[in-house]
Amino acid sequence: MKTRKVIRILLFLLLTVLSVLFLAPVFIVFMNSFKGKFYISDTPFEFPNGETFVGISNYINGIAKTGFLNAFGWSLFITVCSVAVILLFTSMTAWYITRVKTKATSFLYYFFVFSMIVPFQMVMFTMSKVANMLHLDNPAGIIIIYLGFGSGLSVFMFSGFVKSIPTDIEEAAMIDGCNPLQTFFKVVLPILKPTAITVAILNAMWIWNDYLLPSLVIGTEYRTIPVAVQYLIGGYGSKDMGAMMALLVLAIVPIVIFYLTCQKHIIEGVVAGAVKG
Amino acid sequence: MERTLKKYFAVFTVPTIIAFTISFVIPFFMGVYLSFCEFTTVVDAEFAGLSNYVKAFSNMDFLNALWFTAKFAVIAVVSINLFAFLLAILLTRKIKGTNIFRTVFFMPNLIGGIVLGYIWQLVINGVLAKYEMTMFADAKYGFWGLVILMNWQLIGYMMIIYIAGIQNVPGELIDAARVDGANPLQVLKNVTIPMVMPSITICLFLTVSNSFKLFDQNLALTGGAPSRKTAMLALDIFDTFYGRIGFEGVGQAKAVVFFILVAVIALSQLALTRRKEVEN
Repeated sequence: MKTRKVIRILLFLLLTVLSVLFLAPVFIVFMNSFKGKFYISDTPFEFPNGETFVGISNYINGIAKTGFLNAFGWSLFITVCSVAVILLFTSMTAWYITRVKTKATSFLYYFFVFSMIVPFQMVMFTMSKVANMLHLDNPAGIIIIYLGFGSGLSVFMFSGFVKSIPTDIEEAAMIDGCNPLQTFFKVVLPILKPTAITVAILNAMWIWNDYLLPSLVIGTEYRTIPVAVQYLIGGYGSKDMGAMMALLVLAIVPIVIFYLTCQKHIIEGVVAGAVKG
Repeated sequence: MERTLKKYFAVFTVPTIIAFTISFVIPFFMGVYLSFCEFTTVVDAEFAGLSNYVKAFSNMDFLNALWFTAKFAVIAVVSINLFAFLLAILLTRKIKGTNIFRTVFFMPNLIGGIVLGYIWQLVINGVLAKYEMTMFADAKYGFWGLVILMNWQLIGYMMIIYIAGIQNVPGELIDAARVDGANPLQVLKNVTIPMVMPSITICLFLTVSNSFKLFDQNLALTGGAPSRKTAMLALDIFDTFYGRIGFEGVGQAKAVVFFILVAVIALSQLALTRRKEVEN
């Protein structure tokens, strides 16, 4: 029994070391965000000292150069609205095409599933042209694009769940005088809640971190956070490493807060999404 | 019920269908058509037969990207799944602090690709600076940098899926094997691994498709440097579209090839999973 205990302690130590290694890159960025911009590239692994410490000036600089606060606002606006729109419309569509069995609905279903395996590069050029022509190249218009791209996975996941719930309750509601819309919102939607959480988390993670789609459709006029980060580097010739580090920290903080507050849902959602996807 | 519901087709499906048509259906078919055309904007297309495909396959950057991506995918898939599986085994042994470890290992997965790329650019260049080198001196640094980055990002994700799989293995099965005299390694090989086969299939699929479609991380970490040698397929297609005027058609042809490649991998994986399901 004694050797068992020793093994346990060794494993615990091993995992602790690994955890420190996992967190180290983020910590290094955090540490460098307080150093002067010329001290970062050469000595990234040294703590800031009297000579290199610059307080929060990198943060002030980075926020000013990229309009980070606006970027945060646009990211939040686009993510929240897109997820809400995706949840509402794809759950309705999924319920309809699962309950009404015609050639058209099964064709639709397979088309949605098909869209999941098509890589973004296949449609990015033509899609951004179409979006321009239809004047969807702004933070409100991009919500429609996200609904379109998000519908594949979301319809697929909602349909999978709808198939598993018996129709009796819905039929009872209809007999009691509900029209299909009332039935959906009062009876079906509450049952779909667990899947809705999963779909919301998967889409929110994707949209919040998405770089290519907003940069192609909107450009740099209304920057989301990933676009702002890339803009800071791509935009000007010499890059300001200090502002860069501050911006990376600012980009990570909201995600970590979100993760620590809804960790349980996120991990469950990711597992459920992976198993079905 | 179906009959009443049928009349509500428009209400329930039209918003999704319109958005789906605008952002996927039209661009997809237009993309397939334009890959056979010469164009700079989408309205001036002229049919050009297979010439874009010929140009794509005689383009060294594209062939290099293809080879680079395939090499990357193999190494990343094997290493990620190996480490993730080992961690999952450790974290299902009721060691103290399991929940905290799980939280830490999963965290990088939520950070976006662009941000991840720049974090690792700092770290890797910092290490190489000790040898007076940068990551952009040689393609091998960029290659291994991407492998490390991808491991860091996906190990936690795959670990979570493996943990779910391992926890579903019935305890009696393992106890029975132990009673029959199997040592821990034999239990792992003959009981645990066959029982978590579905998780392994899922993880392999996810890592393969994530490796093939990698873009943001590639753009931020190396941007293809040195001289496009570390550009993967998605980045090479992007550069062909937006880097040189007049090559939009070639970019679209490369994109179609890329799509077919990804689709073949996805479908063969699906077929494999189906067969496994029948066996169970």
